[in-house]
Amino acid sequence: MKTGKFLYSQKVAPYVFVLPFILSFAIFWIYPLITAFTMSFQKITPTTTDWVGFTNYAKLLKDKVFLLAIKNSATYMFFTLVLLIPFPMIFAVLMDSKIVKAKGVWKAILYMPALTSVVISGMLFRLMFTEYKTGQMNLITQALGLGTYKWLKNGWSGMLALLVLACWRWTGVNMLYFLSGLKAIDPALYEAADIDGATPVQKFFRVTLPLLKPTTIYVLTISVYAGLAMFLESYMLWAGNASPNNIGLTIVGYLYRRGIEKNDMGYACAVGVVLLIVALIINFAQLIMNGTFKKEED
Amino acid sequence: MKKKLVSVLLSAAMTATLLAGCGGAADTAADTGAQEATEETAEAADEVEEAAAEETPTATFGDSSGTHLEMWTFVELHAQHYQDMAEVWNEQHPDETIEITCTTYPYGDMHTKLLSSLEAGTGAPDICDVEVGQYPNVVAGLDNWLVPLDDYAADYMSTMVPARMQLYQGSDGHYYGAPYHVGAFAMYYNVAAMAEAMGISNDEVIAKIDAVKTWADYEALGNEYVSAIATEGKYWTCVDTGGVDWMWLAMAEYGEDWTGGFEGPANVQLDSVKKMMEMQQSWLKSGIAEISPDGHVDLEAGFQNILDHNVVSFPKALWFMSRFTNYMADEAGNWYIAKCPVFEEGQKCSVGVGGTGTVVTQQSENKDLAARFLCWAKMSDEGEQHIWDKLGFDVCNAALWTQDSFAHDDSNQFNAFFINYPYDVLNEIGMDNIGKISVVAISPTINEYMCTTTLNEVFEDPNYSIDDALQEAQDAIDLEQ
Repeated sequence: MKTGKFLYSQKVAPYVFVLPFILSFAIFWIYPLITAFTMSFQKITPTTTDWVGFTNYAKLLKDKVFLLAIKNSATYMFFTLVLLIPFPMIFAVLMDSKIVKAKGVWKAILYMPALTSVVISGMLFRLMFTEYKTGQMNLITQALGLGTYKWLKNGWSGMLALLVLACWRWTGVNMLYFLSGLKAIDPALYEAADIDGATPVQKFFRVTLPLLKPTTIYVLTISVYAGLAMFLESYMLWAGNASPNNIGLTIVGYLYRRGIEKNDMGYACAVGVVLLIVALIINFAQLIMNGTFKKEED
Repeated sequence: MKKKLVSVLLSAAMTATLLAGCGGAADTAADTGAQEATEETAEAADEVEEAAAEETPTATFGDSSGTHLEMWTFVELHAQHYQDMAEVWNEQHPDETIEITCTTYPYGDMHTKLLSSLEAGTGAPDICDVEVGQYPNVVAGLDNWLVPLDDYAADYMSTMVPARMQLYQGSDGHYYGAPYHVGAFAMYYNVAAMAEAMGISNDEVIAKIDAVKTWADYEALGNEYVSAIATEGKYWTCVDTGGVDWMWLAMAEYGEDWTGGFEGPANVQLDSVKKMMEMQQSWLKSGIAEISPDGHVDLEAGFQNILDHNVVSFPKALWFMSRFTNYMADEAGNWYIAKCPVFEEGQKCSVGVGGTGTVVTQQSENKDLAARFLCWAKMSDEGEQHIWDKLGFDVCNAALWTQDSFAHDDSNQFNAFFINYPYDVLNEIGMDNIGKISVVAISPTINEYMCTTTLNEVFEDPNYSIDDALQEAQDAIDLEQ
């Protein structure tokens, strides 16, 4: 009788339903997070583990390569935000309008890159951006009479290659987010705007943009994190973690270098904790500015 | 209502990204492994990529009533080797047959699992492959973790290349790992292209190559070739900005080692390194060398560069032979392998690059049998024959190098591909002339700084001061030791 009551209790049910998420969140996120935090205060060798206080963090502050990694990650994040929010949004609006024909085809084409493995696509981009004369980019520059260029050996062009890869891969995904957001906008609002004589541009800025805000905030939040946490793209583009003058080194790349390549897990954890703090600060700042934490006005 | 729809869609999207994230992470784990070994062990890397593509395959083979041994590797081909060897072992030892369960993990996973199980004192396999870059972490536990192989390898020691055995020594001097290959450094020459450009026969070209003893001779032949072909974009050789192989060769020639071995400290400001860099800078300035496209020859652009005959000679380990058969099959019959030049006559002319050492753990319940089987499978005539035929590695047991049936077997693809027999080159080098550069805890730091910074500085700008570049490198490395 009691078990029956428990099973059918409306108070318990919600907790039962969220339990799988809570459990996986606790095991795969909270636990590693706490462990990483404690490990960041340790010196870990294959045989011993010692507490070293803030030594790892003190070393981080003076570590020029780490600062460079932060700069690279931040630049990459900034440009992905600039490129991967407005353009997918415009594409989504176009897809949702009557102007575009064969929408399914376009959507499929734009989404397809997201389905490929970064390992494969990164390798293909590496071949495209090779400094050898047979690379796609160099074929183009040669056709324009500019000669060949060492794309992956210079800072700006290395970042360009990373951004091209990011745009190619994520435009379709972000577009789908925005499309789902657009579907939620009541068509009556557009009809009302039409009756008031609004132009398409006005409709976009006065109706679409404000009502897309929840989606935009979501995309912004995950893009900030994805930008800061980028690693595999850089790893594949330079066929390893060692790019010339570290032009492709990201925060996670540095974490990998320290933790796996140099087997210094304590220091790597300190890098990870800093990444977490940076991502949290940026995201909380933008969420507060966007008013996400304010009570919803009904 | 609408708000609910938005939140439902968003949570769906979020779940999807979470899942995508998981997939991505798995990819990373598998693949990072692949390139982890980038420079010094590019050969392992390739195999790892293949292994990483597979789901951890487990195979059990041998005699099911025999002693059971657990084994891990990160290259499926290696597992195949042990399977074949276990069958031969069981035929030869009917009273102590074995059964092996071999699991192939992705590179990163396997090494992490091995280290954690060694640290935990439970869960480690009997036998395990360890890639040379990861070896310092594993050998750190010395005989607490691993079984010294000295006694088991004793029968083969006299003919095993010493440098390769020393590579897997612990700081206590015991041998803990059994090697697969020498990875001996040799010079590859495109005889066909040289003959065409210089207007002489292949045999005359080979005579010229054989006459090259020192780097000065090498440079002179390079000048002869470049002035004969006199075409823009055609070079004698290429120097690496993304690999330290040339520096390893220079150090081996002078008997230096920038890691400083187990005792350290690391010192990159070595005469050998400076000499090599100066020489390469002068080649870049005089136009007989170019910078390897994308950093080193063991990449797609490098293969294409070789196929286009833009470079006609370069030094690389003997395992690079498989790159020819796999990626440059059109070049069959064009290439000749020879000893590397030296700075001063009488120096060592080769160095072992890359490798995988196989260890027996102290957790094994059948240490004696496992160690005996391992040393037999990797060092005996039968084992080495199989390694050469199936894995295509230059074997460490030098006794076989001179056996005609082994070294001159024309059915072997590498023997057929090159103008000369690879083992003839090894014999000419001689096993005592193969140097060794230690792989210790500081090694990844040195390699990384060289490949990201120093080599780019001195070669992308051939007027850059080598002393300054090496000072910068030393300062960066000193911070880590």
